[in-house]
Amino acid sequence: MTNVADAQPVSGQVEPPARTSIRGLVAQTEVDLRLFGMLLALGAILLTFNVLSGGKFFQPTNMVTLAVQAAGIAVIATGMVLVIVSRNIDLSVGSLVGLIAMTYALLMTDWLPALGIGADFPFRWVIALAVGGALGAAVGALQGFIIAYIGVPSFIVTLGGLLSIRGVVWYLSSGAAVSGLDPTFQLVGGGAQGSLGGTLTWALGIVGCLAVIALMINGRRQRRRFGFPLRPMWAEILIGAVGCIAILGVAAFANANLWPEGLANRVAGEQGWGAAPESGWKIPTGFPYPIILLLGVTLVMTWLATRRRFGRYVYAYGGNPDAAELAGINTRWTILKTYVVMGILCALAAAIASARLNGATLDVGQSYELYVIAAAVVGGTSFAGGIGSIPGAVLGAFVMQSLAYGLSFMGVNSPGQNVVAGIVLILAVGFDTFNRRRGGGR
Amino acid sequence: MTVAERTPLVEMRDINVAFGGVHAVRDVTIDLHAGEVIGLVGGNGAGKSTLMRVLAGAQASDTGQILIDGQAVDIRNPRDAKAHKIETIYQTLALADNIDAPGNLFLGREKTTRLGSLDDSTMEAETRKVMGRLNPNFTRFRMPVKSLSGGQRQAVAIARAVYFNARILIMDEPTAALGPMETAQVRNLVRQLKDEGIGIFLISHDIHDVFDLSDRISVMYHGRIVDTVARDNVTPDDVLGMIILGKKPDEVTEKDKAVIELRG
Repeated sequence: MTNVADAQPVSGQVEPPARTSIRGLVAQTEVDLRLFGMLLALGAILLTFNVLSGGKFFQPTNMVTLAVQAAGIAVIATGMVLVIVSRNIDLSVGSLVGLIAMTYALLMTDWLPALGIGADFPFRWVIALAVGGALGAAVGALQGFIIAYIGVPSFIVTLGGLLSIRGVVWYLSSGAAVSGLDPTFQLVGGGAQGSLGGTLTWALGIVGCLAVIALMINGRRQRRRFGFPLRPMWAEILIGAVGCIAILGVAAFANANLWPEGLANRVAGEQGWGAAPESGWKIPTGFPYPIILLLGVTLVMTWLATRRRFGRYVYAYGGNPDAAELAGINTRWTILKTYVVMGILCALAAAIASARLNGATLDVGQSYELYVIAAAVVGGTSFAGGIGSIPGAVLGAFVMQSLAYGLSFMGVNSPGQNVVAGIVLILAVGFDTFNRRRGGGR
Repeated sequence: MTVAERTPLVEMRDINVAFGGVHAVRDVTIDLHAGEVIGLVGGNGAGKSTLMRVLAGAQASDTGQILIDGQAVDIRNPRDAKAHKIETIYQTLALADNIDAPGNLFLGREKTTRLGSLDDSTMEAETRKVMGRLNPNFTRFRMPVKSLSGGQRQAVAIARAVYFNARILIMDEPTAALGPMETAQVRNLVRQLKDEGIGIFLISHDIHDVFDLSDRISVMYHGRIVDTVARDNVTPDDVLGMIILGKKPDEVTEKDKAVIELRG
């Protein structure tokens, strides 16, 4: 309420003053600088390993493997953002992934056949995913209830979950590893056959481009309708072009990954494709299914976080719990729901993990909680609450996985990888804290 | 006063609130008419804010009854209060710092599209309208409110209270954090809202604010209402005496006056 006495009653629809400085130009594009910086950091990490390995690292096959390894962590990290934003924590995700993975394996090998649903039933994977999702949601709801309605600190509740759920996994299988999943279910783990293939990958890339353009046109139309400041045309075109080129570039890169020669020959023989061409079979794999799953999860979770009341309330509670309460928000129900979402995401991650293994062992998901929390935090989620983004956490998962994969590619053993991961975690958060403080606490 | 003949807009009867052994509000009965401003004054811990939190649904009372337009109502949480057109501007402002002005203004009452998604464009447009009246120079509609000045934040909190057509407005220290210019503007706003027929409870430490704006003044002391007086029948010194001593002016002795001199 400044200076009202001599203020002109402007409509509030003024354009921000045109600035010619570089910072002003960047501001006009309205690009999220934090996210952009993380993309650059990820690029720098990949490039460094590529140089160190003499150009061997940046191969499509390496990148696809890296992405699939990061997918499970990234899927859970999207939910961890909401949990940490609302000033809680979930330490039980690794054990819950283990429990659900073991459930999938036992469903396929013992429980479904016992109910007369044998290997010939085509929708066993649907049943398995439904059971896994329901189990995850139920465990999440129970933990969320104890945290939100009884008031036991989330650290304690989920630490208890971490210990006791892992114990249940042991009882389920009497300590044995269980293997032999449904072939359809296995596709969610990726691999040459668990991928979209060349044509669909291109199609998805084009759909993605069209979606970006449609969203931008819709956003501009919306702003014009309400008389809000518009983004300059050059910025719109620049962002649209860069976005489309990036999407199609990633699609092309994924399609440069080919089926292994041996597998191609074997499948060709089984399916009667005829003789191999002279140069051998060149079948592009395209995007692996776990990456498609991650893409879907990222879109849905971003939509939940930014476009729905649930997400708004999670952020409001994280920013100021009292204000959320006084605004009439049902804060307990909101917190409980974050844990239900978390449980469902664990079920998806467990599907990826068990499909890759073609079964489940006692330690599926071990230490996931640490990697997931690290991904969320490297992605800009603040433990003070109220701050964090879902695309940021996904990028964070890729940054951490690139480091681990790159180091192991360079022959660094796993203790060495842990040393680097720990230091990077602290550096990333330290850098971020420094930046926020300098930026006037924004 | 002729207003006393009509049914009050709000009546709070025999309200008691205890926190453990601390009896924060004792047997308080208070009423408020449409178009009236009641100044609620008292020392720290006198129970003013707790009493108002009961009306706002933010604090459960142990006993007592709330009537609106003569009808007993049940206010169990802030949502109930808002449903009865009771809006509150808290001393802390109760803003979510990480969310922008439209998000705060509509917090808990978001406008949504047909499919239930947040309609941010409409919320921003509405916020621009109401802020245009309160703070015409304001343009930072998409910045987290953390980055706004104290006066701008106050404007957002006030906008939230007036946007939803409140009938009863609770203002807890609305000018405590403001400069002279902004304080004058809040005073103008209070007069304007009063003219529109809104009943206002005004909590303030500033005795000038209270005398400037109130029709009646209720003084609280250690959880009780000492007295509710018409502003025109008392002097600021009388009110100050009640705040410090917890006694009505005619009960004050010479010895008490010496105490006021000492503390004043």
